[in-house]
Amino acid sequence: MRMGRRVAIVGTGHSRFGVRLDVSIAELAYESIKEAFDEAGIGLDDVDLVVVGNAGGWSSEPLPAIVVNEYSGLSGKATLRVEAACSTGSAAIKVARDAIASGDAEVALVVGVEKMNESPTPTVVEFIGRAGNYFWEFENFGLTFPGYYALYATAYMFNYGATEEDFCQVAVKNHYYASMNPKAQFQRRITVEDCMKSRYVAWPIKLYDSSPITDGSAAVILASEDVAGKITDSPVWIEAIGASSDTSNLSRRQHFLGLDAARRAALQAYKKAGLDPEGVVKQLDLAEVHDCFTIAEVMAYEDLGFARRGEGVKLVREGQTYIGGLIPVNLSGGLKAKGHPIGATGVSMAVEIARQLWGRVERGRQAPVKVGRGLAHNVGGTGHYAYVTLYSLSKPRG
Amino acid sequence: MRALSQREQADAFLKQMEEFSETMKKSVGIPAIVDPRTGVTMWYDQRELKLRYILSIERVKRFFEALSEGRILATRCKATGKIMFPPQVDCPDAPGSEVEWVEMPVDGELLTWTVINVKPYTFSHYDDYIVGIARMANGVNVLAWVRCRDPSRLKPGMKVRLVVVRREPEGYLTYEFEPVEC
Repeated sequence: MRMGRRVAIVGTGHSRFGVRLDVSIAELAYESIKEAFDEAGIGLDDVDLVVVGNAGGWSSEPLPAIVVNEYSGLSGKATLRVEAACSTGSAAIKVARDAIASGDAEVALVVGVEKMNESPTPTVVEFIGRAGNYFWEFENFGLTFPGYYALYATAYMFNYGATEEDFCQVAVKNHYYASMNPKAQFQRRITVEDCMKSRYVAWPIKLYDSSPITDGSAAVILASEDVAGKITDSPVWIEAIGASSDTSNLSRRQHFLGLDAARRAALQAYKKAGLDPEGVVKQLDLAEVHDCFTIAEVMAYEDLGFARRGEGVKLVREGQTYIGGLIPVNLSGGLKAKGHPIGATGVSMAVEIARQLWGRVERGRQAPVKVGRGLAHNVGGTGHYAYVTLYSLSKPRG
Repeated sequence: MRALSQREQADAFLKQMEEFSETMKKSVGIPAIVDPRTGVTMWYDQRELKLRYILSIERVKRFFEALSEGRILATRCKATGKIMFPPQVDCPDAPGSEVEWVEMPVDGELLTWTVINVKPYTFSHYDDYIVGIARMANGVNVLAWVRCRDPSRLKPGMKVRLVVVRREPEGYLTYEFEPVEC
């Protein structure tokens, strides 16, 4: 397989995440777009492709790419809207990366945006619950997003002896780091007791195990290797992308102890980057993983090869995913506490990793950068889609 | 006084917003609502869309006919023998091969489950319900509600029976798991 031209992040932007009743979807997207252009120091004319990640449904605009582009002075550009459920942002990055790698574009803007609070909570719960197989699994059985992950949590707890307290430890860590991230939805630290006292949303998943309903946007400007060096002295290279998927009906899965799609995506990314899947933690400074629920972060440790099957929960108990441990995970606060604006999440991970590798994030949540590489693990639906993206300060092999 | 159902709570919340916007239309001429927490002004949408789909079941009609006979069917690919549930009428593993309708076994073992406490809007009139996945005696998994008063008694591997039920209050036929002991 030919790799094509190398592609790098040359500018990043990130809105404040939260309940953003104060902005329209276009105003929200523009917060990130403006910051990304300022950071890259380029003009609107320099961009020849705009990829907008937005899942939508709960928000009013059916053509978000067109609306965002008009507001941002980008009408006329080649553009499209991308959807891959909660991994929409990573899919959008892949589409832009591929266009540049193929030589079809030189510089592309990727913006992920979601305005979930345009609908009342029961409607949002409905839309996400429908994200699986609508007719066979939602119509009759009314699953919800926490419900889908709860099917995994139950199986994991019974099979490996994990407890609800273990899962709450993940929430405690992610709130801890979010409290140092001014862009995060939740700024308050929590304790295991706070989490254990919170109500069940889908037993055994509690409110504090869950990512919130979030409005937010994030943007990256990607450039070809031919122009990246002219824009910045320190491009962050997209070293490899692994992508996979799984069945829409959860009943068609063979087990509920991990997400096979994420596992396949990880192995694919490691292979493309020439990394040894066995000792991968030594080759990473940090990881942003898809902790839409606390169980999802534990499974991510295993699907990514940070821990063996059933031993992800050990990393939690030993605090191995704080700074100073085996590998720091979700120093942004993760989806859990930074917030999870569906279409923006994958782009937000890219922004976070780039800024971590540049050594630019707030004190207390900056990872020590030794190898110059970070990993983004972005899952769509309940392992329906999976993207694993490796970002590196070193120019990847051709 | 009886506690409000999630449906009643959701409807009451929307009604409150609508009433506020009606008052605002009379006073300032636009359907504005003000968020009490942040004080920001929003527009209460004047266009309401009722969303109900009309789905094609012609090619899997046999499945729904069998429900009224109390039977639950899957399809089997004639070329490969693979049993498919939910049923589908094409065999992607053997393009062009036909499928035949086969009966799903009644007996299965529970693999995993959850209790849906916070419900989607269109399920918000139900009490909390249990959704489980069981591996049936033919090795094929099925996802359905688990009829059990006390979910704390559920265990992985527990024997369940797959039965046809009439879902109320809608009054249509579907299927559920009935634990052998619960």
